[in-house]
Amino acid sequence: MSTTASSPSTYVPPRDPGSRSRNIVGLLMLILMISPMALKLIRGTVPAPTSIEGFKSLVDALSVPELSLSFFFMPLFVLMLVYYRQWTKPVIALPLLIIFCLFYFGSMVIDPDYRSIITKADNVPITIMLLGTMITLWVAFREAASNDARLEAGIPLVSQDREDKVLVWPDLVYIELLCLVIAMTALVVWAIALPAPLESPANPAGPPNPSKAPWYFLGLQEMLVYFDPWMAGVLLPGLIVVGLIAMPYIDTNPKGNGYYTLKERKFAISVWLFGFLILWVVLIVFGTFLRGPNWNFFGPYQYWDSHLQVPLTNINLSEYFWNGKNLLGFGLDRPLPTQQSHGAIYPFVREAPGIVFSIFWIFILPVILAKTVFRRLRAQMGGPRFYVMAVLFVFLAMLPLKMVLRWLLVLKYFVYLPEFNLNL
Amino acid sequence: MMSPLSYIRSTQVWNSIFRHGIPRDRRTRVMAVMSNVFLHLHPVAVRKSGIRLSFTWCMGGLTFFLFLAETISGVLLMFYYRPVPEYAYSDIQALRAHVTLGVLREIHRWGAHAMIIAIWLHMMRVFLTGSYKPPREFNWGVGVILLVLTMLLSFTGYLLPWDQLAIWAITVGSNMGKATPFLGMSGPFSDVLMMPGGVPFVTTRSDAAYLLLAGTSVGENALMRFYVLHCIALPLATAVLIAVHFWRIRKDGGISGPM
Repeated sequence: MSTTASSPSTYVPPRDPGSRSRNIVGLLMLILMISPMALKLIRGTVPAPTSIEGFKSLVDALSVPELSLSFFFMPLFVLMLVYYRQWTKPVIALPLLIIFCLFYFGSMVIDPDYRSIITKADNVPITIMLLGTMITLWVAFREAASNDARLEAGIPLVSQDREDKVLVWPDLVYIELLCLVIAMTALVVWAIALPAPLESPANPAGPPNPSKAPWYFLGLQEMLVYFDPWMAGVLLPGLIVVGLIAMPYIDTNPKGNGYYTLKERKFAISVWLFGFLILWVVLIVFGTFLRGPNWNFFGPYQYWDSHLQVPLTNINLSEYFWNGKNLLGFGLDRPLPTQQSHGAIYPFVREAPGIVFSIFWIFILPVILAKTVFRRLRAQMGGPRFYVMAVLFVFLAMLPLKMVLRWLLVLKYFVYLPEFNLNL
Repeated sequence: MMSPLSYIRSTQVWNSIFRHGIPRDRRTRVMAVMSNVFLHLHPVAVRKSGIRLSFTWCMGGLTFFLFLAETISGVLLMFYYRPVPEYAYSDIQALRAHVTLGVLREIHRWGAHAMIIAIWLHMMRVFLTGSYKPPREFNWGVGVILLVLTMLLSFTGYLLPWDQLAIWAITVGSNMGKATPFLGMSGPFSDVLMMPGGVPFVTTRSDAAYLLLAGTSVGENALMRFYVLHCIALPLATAVLIAVHFWRIRKDGGISGPM
């Protein structure tokens, strides 16, 4: 064991073996990221961004959830995980942060609607959350990259170089005091600079449009676009809490305990960060900044027009199954089952495809996963642990699934049983 | 001739409070932590690599500090605020107009937002360092409950200014209660639970949303209920769990590090 590597960040790893497959993934993601813009420009559906107005309408057109989630945030997330050893270098991370800030804060100069959203007092925390998350992610992945290179080279981890213990008084108490003073100062400055808003007195008869929950719940409110309240507001939040508490008992990987790493915990970190960054943070940003009157979606530079009518033409799975005259043209070409045609159980006959699909997704899919892609995990974890994890996993996957089906097939519900208030 | 400072340190009063000399050597520094109930939440010694700012981001400590700031500013706000619809809004207005150096409400409100962000980032740090793994599984669970309590504290506090933002945000949030399966009026299977004699158990006046709001919509009962939850029930529960959380950090081996 070498003890000479004293500085955590200066260790240069030897050329790593997986760079070729990584570059193929990287190239694919980059193509994904440019393709919507390229297609729109070639087809001429948006003007070329030669002027500020052109740039704004291009960004607005690309920011709708179906494009930005699938073709921007998801590829970006994959790139973040694949190239974590590269982008965490300050020479790359700093320019990236500057580009983000130029776009994020520079947009306030070029667009009054955007400025009014960003500078709204209650939206300031979102900006702080975004910058805070980015900076902490950078710190975490930087040390993970360093640790992973050290693990490969067989030298001690960043935090093992200095194993010596220090006394809480004064070393830790000093750091705590410093943090406290800085935080207190920041809070007082924030409080003096920005008055707490107070709107007009409560009027139970006049709801504002849009009515929004507190910002930290807006990810859940955004899910209401795809799911009914019993899913988005009760079941999924409940599963988030249960799943988080269950996590240490499910994750049986003994590695990566007490230090930053990605290499040793690829599955756990990708799934969890996908949930936190994409399905929580990004959806909060959408819900706060980009959802306007009637919960319609507006691009960052668009005026929130309360008269905008967006027709809802969503189709249930049962209609796809029974009626041939739909978007895709497949189906049995028969009327929906009714009391006359199928007796008292007609709602279940009508919704049979959705019910079969739900049973498949929640109960059968975990078994299939255990026998295929997750075979190694299943063997490592044992039955009970694996199936708790797999059921949580398929519920997590249900949100992206429903989003994609909504965007591609305007699917409304898998199961539509208004008789029981049960819509899925 | 004794200097004033050494004189103070020689008095019976001083020595009854601090039972050790100035923490200049190892022994007195250990004593400083051991003999102080607050510092005693820490172990005596910690891993030097564990207390690096690039490792902890200080986010757990910051969350706790913000909880204290919220408690203090919240108690001060309670002096000026009456939780009934007739007065609530005007009390908040008066707070802005008449209280000298009136940034109390600002500190309370922005502190609450900051606390939510800090606790999320703390959770992310603990996750990314794998610090929820054995032996810290239970303490991670306590932390998750604390996260939920923090969000509930923020949610209940949202209603108190009694302006348009407040009641409609809470209406959106509490409408979810109506959709609870079995227990919510418009949730799945709301008509399954029956009382003897075939009387429905779940009605608009007995469902989950009614339990939360003490009414069918956000009104004066909801304001009182949220006020009591916000100022008494939830902070007490949070304080107790914070004590458990800190105690378990110590018992589970302090700040995590490679085994």
